Amino acid sequence: MELRLTSDQELFAESTRKFMEDKCSVTDLRALRDDPDGFVPDVWRQGAELGWTSLLVSEEDGGGSFSGAPVKDAALLAYEFGRQAAAGPFLPANLVGAALSRWGTDEQKAEVLSGLLDGSVVASWAWAEPRPHDRLGEVALTATPADGGYRLSGAKSPVEAGGQSSHLLVTARTPGGLTNFLVPRDSSGVSVTPMKGLDLTRRWARIDFDGVTVPASAVVGEVDGAEPNVEELLQLALVLQSAEVTGAMSRCLEITVEWAFNRYTFGRPLASYQALKHRFADMRSWLEAGEAIADEAADRVQEQSPRAGEYVSAAKAFLGVYGPELAHDCVQMHGGIGTTYELDLHLYLRRVILGNRLYGTVSEHRQRLTNILEQRETTHA
Amino acid sequence: MNPGTDTTEVEDLESFRSRLRSWLKENMPPEDPDHHGPRGASLSDEEELADVQRNRDLQRLLFDGGFAGITYPKEYGGQGLTNAHQQVFNEEIVGYQYPERIQVPTFQPCATVILEFGTHEQKLAHIPAILKGEEIWMQFLSEPSGGSDVAGALTTAVRDGDEWVVNGNKIWTSGAWWSDWALCLARTNWDVPKHRGLTVFMMKIHQPGIEVRRIEMLNGRREFCEEFITDVRIPDSDRIGDVDDGWTVGTRWMFYEKSFNVSYMLTRPAGVDRFGGASGPSLLDLARSSGRLDDPVVRELVGEGHALELVNKAAGRRIGDGISSGAMSSHAAGLVKVLNGTTSTRLSNIKWELAGPSAAAWTDDDKELGEIGTEYLVRQSGHIGGGTTEMSRNTVSERLMGMPRERNADRDIAFRDVPRGPKK
Repeated sequence: MELRLTSDQELFAESTRKFMEDKCSVTDLRALRDDPDGFVPDVWRQGAELGWTSLLVSEEDGGGSFSGAPVKDAALLAYEFGRQAAAGPFLPANLVGAALSRWGTDEQKAEVLSGLLDGSVVASWAWAEPRPHDRLGEVALTATPADGGYRLSGAKSPVEAGGQSSHLLVTARTPGGLTNFLVPRDSSGVSVTPMKGLDLTRRWARIDFDGVTVPASAVVGEVDGAEPNVEELLQLALVLQSAEVTGAMSRCLEITVEWAFNRYTFGRPLASYQALKHRFADMRSWLEAGEAIADEAADRVQEQSPRAGEYVSAAKAFLGVYGPELAHDCVQMHGGIGTTYELDLHLYLRRVILGNRLYGTVSEHRQRLTNILEQRETTHA
Repeated sequence: MNPGTDTTEVEDLESFRSRLRSWLKENMPPEDPDHHGPRGASLSDEEELADVQRNRDLQRLLFDGGFAGITYPKEYGGQGLTNAHQQVFNEEIVGYQYPERIQVPTFQPCATVILEFGTHEQKLAHIPAILKGEEIWMQFLSEPSGGSDVAGALTTAVRDGDEWVVNGNKIWTSGAWWSDWALCLARTNWDVPKHRGLTVFMMKIHQPGIEVRRIEMLNGRREFCEEFITDVRIPDSDRIGDVDDGWTVGTRWMFYEKSFNVSYMLTRPAGVDRFGGASGPSLLDLARSSGRLDDPVVRELVGEGHALELVNKAAGRRIGDGISSGAMSSHAAGLVKVLNGTTSTRLSNIKWELAGPSAAAWTDDDKELGEIGTEYLVRQSGHIGGGTTEMSRNTVSERLMGMPRERNADRDIAFRDVPRGPKK
């Protein structure tokens, strides 16, 4: 998290934290374990009133940020989601909100945006695909022009809150490139298969599109021209994911430091053993470095820097390794109890390792960085 | 603390930037790929001395142009400006040569220690000389008897009227053979616990009684030196801080030493992502030279290394800002050390991997790859120089996170009674 917040950001973070402690307590989260939706709609609507869904939506479209730096504000919120392992379709709602606000037609905005903003409706970005098309950025789902509209065939997975969404922002391959479509989930030919997942409250679905027909008015942005939009959404997703992971990391470490001071063994606290102290120092350094690169990535995306893509991948490449390292080392510091469902630590462990898998793996983002370095060479040459 | 912020009228950043920009364009020589910095390609002694002179000349150029010591007080030859002005300087100097060798340890920690603890006369005597490139400083801090246990110094100063007589042995001074002055930590009282019997002095390096020996390192470099100090007499006026209160100075000295890469008391050109500056081939170039860039495993390693460089830089900036704004304790500097150490060893491993077998045996055609192997011999330097990472892990866990301190056998007893080896 940023070391220095504006007073508006401070207020926002504070009210969110209080609200989450009240409405997303550990007991609440545990109670949602077997809930099919993974969140309480009423709580989500109250969160929306606090601004959880509006940050990346422009003011003309009914949204608005606190500090004038919407991406930074959204990252701040994501950090709090990580710290509390909070429930709710935070990432899907904000990504689709951003997409519709930036590229949607008035009609699309009227159809979905107001519900997204007040929390009564959920929508999700259906981008990633199931095996064998599950590499970062692969899009095999096709949208073929037909009868003045398009016919969508293929599958998307995992789609976060796919089963809870009224609409899907589907990235499809069209004859000349990529195109985004806004598709009602109840369209004929759309089938939803709920998936199992690691997180207690995040829900996932595989969504199959079996010749789903949509009108031309379902296109979001330019036909065949969605590639830069997809990159923008990926960058936003990675900013939010990185911030959320650092929030969850900080909570893991906080819980574990407290444990180390209070747990006595051989007549002294764990925190007094140098072998453990040194590991705590390493964990603290990973956390600080993780927050630094997550913040910097958010800055670059906020200012639409040409290096934004590089920084989000660097954040992912780092947090994808050191997030899980820290979380698992926190388990190790607890010993046996750390591997039980009873201890709360796993709520945050789940958030951290989830962030490692989605929107590209560590290996994919490392290779993406090398591609970026090469491209920069050729543009400078 | 920033001694530069006490000025009354401060030039605004934009006017400073444009003034600086046009001055640099007219006066400063552009960056030269042949100058890979002090730790770059191995130089002959002659070349090294010439490079030191180039550094002094560049510093003098800056001084005459009114751009030396941006954040240093005006009365000592500095510009009396703010950290933000130094940041502007860091941004604008990119693409030009700058006196890289004079930054560490001359500006920081030596000049910063003198500014914090020196008398007005001492500052007048040395700060302007440093800013003019006339004095290059070293740290007479570590001793062969104990690397990390700096406060266990055995080098002893005995008072003789208005003078002190110093005897002892210092080590790990990089470039002492071409430097001018040193800050020296010496024991002045053996009958009190170790932290309470130390005093700091300023000492001319090249004088009778000081023998400077160069140490050959595993990579063939001979930049580090060891000094044998025999009956060297120092006037009491060259003492920094109070007698036997050297640890008050020493604590800040080591803070400055550890936090130079987040400081505005020296120049750190902006925009250099590469760890340790821009010397040597980039990871991408290295993979290309070794003919391995089409290997996906190698491409992953290049990306991993680049990410680490960006992360390390972002962390340095965050922690530096945190410390200077007071949002973080000064002990957070230990985090920077831990991160630098782990980043540098990982990057060293990556380069070693990228370079392929030519890093083990090479011809003149691929000596760039051979150099990677030679540097890999001293992979651990990043975990050792300026204090070991283990010491920083103690600082972070004990001072920053408040965990219980290690038990020491040298507390609360006279230093002369502290065990210095196995009982015979």
